[in-house]
Amino acid sequence: MAYSDEVRKLYQEQLQALREAGILKEERFIHSSQAAEIEVEFPAGAPLKKVINMCANNYLGLSNHPEVIKAAHEGLDRRGFGLSSVRFICGTQDIHRQLEEKMTEFLGTEDTILFPSCMDANAGVFEAILTKEDVIISDRLVHASLIDGIRLCSALNDTYKHSDMEHLEQKLQMYQDRRLRLVVTDGVFSMDGDCAKLDKMVELCEKYNAMLLVDDSHATGFIGKTGRGTHEKFGVMGKVDIITTTFGKALGGATGGCVSGRKEIVEMCRQKARPYLFSNTVAPMIIAGVLRVLEILSATTERRDKLEKNTDYWRKGLTEAGFILKEGDTPIVPIMLYNAKLAQDFSVALYDEGIYAIGFFFPVVPQGQARIRTQISAAHELHHLDKALEAFIKVGKKFDILHKTKQEIIDRYGM
Amino acid sequence: MDELKEVIKNYVASEYLEPDSDPIDYDTPLISGGIVDSFSMVSLKRFLENKYHIQIPDDKATPEAFDSVNKIAELVREFTKA
Repeated sequence: MAYSDEVRKLYQEQLQALREAGILKEERFIHSSQAAEIEVEFPAGAPLKKVINMCANNYLGLSNHPEVIKAAHEGLDRRGFGLSSVRFICGTQDIHRQLEEKMTEFLGTEDTILFPSCMDANAGVFEAILTKEDVIISDRLVHASLIDGIRLCSALNDTYKHSDMEHLEQKLQMYQDRRLRLVVTDGVFSMDGDCAKLDKMVELCEKYNAMLLVDDSHATGFIGKTGRGTHEKFGVMGKVDIITTTFGKALGGATGGCVSGRKEIVEMCRQKARPYLFSNTVAPMIIAGVLRVLEILSATTERRDKLEKNTDYWRKGLTEAGFILKEGDTPIVPIMLYNAKLAQDFSVALYDEGIYAIGFFFPVVPQGQARIRTQISAAHELHHLDKALEAFIKVGKKFDILHKTKQEIIDRYGM
Repeated sequence: MDELKEVIKNYVASEYLEPDSDPIDYDTPLISGGIVDSFSMVSLKRFLENKYHIQIPDDKATPEAFDSVNKIAELVREFTKA
């Protein structure tokens, strides 16, 4: 037997080690659709509980929007359930190309190519366009999917300190001998909720003849005046060479992603990106749903405006209550607790109060930077935020961390 | 004081440490200790190659060989001799 007792024991020991370290991830079963209020079974077998969801990437509240669901139904009826093919054999319908064109228009780029996910877009783009003669210079806090994509590529790679523009400039100077330079960043960093300094980055890339790639997964649909993303916020639309983004967050939250940018780069991906060439085309109902999302977002900025107001309200409420937040103005609002166990206990206590928010700790964030990450949605009404705030304050008092300095929290709970 | 080790230590401090990080010594585990990720190691390799006019082959530039100032100094000496 190939799967011997020894092999089984090896994996069991590894899983036990994760459990003992308190970092074994356990999924909570949700019995409703994604929304501001959800019904959750946790722990497994427990009776269902209605809680306010403070940790979804459902920024615009479109994950169960009736018009999006209707469009997906129509897509399902008219174009079928699946295509049983990759794009280049017989997996490209008219609506796939339509969505690529609509994304190009929405992002203000030259062309777009769809991927099964943004993880796949990031896994495929680097290898498709760079060789060992080139260099990739990335922010040290970029998303794991970018790191994996960079690893799959033969180009030399180096990093710069998080959002440190002087350090980036040094690196750009250092690599003037490479054939091509590609600077890589998240638009909004998912753990801290801060934005890359894209105006400055575009300037440096122009000065040192480098291309710029931005993963705008936590920005597309709501950052910038009309929700186009971080390039709109920083006034550099048309100047970011490559944008990768997802349909799995604000744009309906189902699945799928894309690479959008210079048309030759998009064409190179179509010819060479392995996750594009070797995985199935995105299902028609998803495409139909996302097309409707783009129509909704192009017609009105109502939802991103509401999200902005909700975010201000939430940040202000927490700050006045005496929590320490990571500074920023995006709907990703991290509440700093520093200690991993405190973050986990805080999350459990919140759940008891009817609030679903998760603790993040090493290795997802740096050692000693444990936190509860909250994410605001346009689906939240003020009464949701008020109830959540009340619960946060109650739990904050219980653990005695309100109006305390970082050092006071660390002195009491450790790093 | 070992000049080579000081140069390496100072470079690591300026390149990888945050303002509130603990200071490092010659034996502080850099990669296994999470100070330098294997991704960022490339700039250290390039810095050493440029400064000491050496070529460190990729198969020698392992995370283990770069795990402390002492180990890095040993590696640089091996190639400056050669």
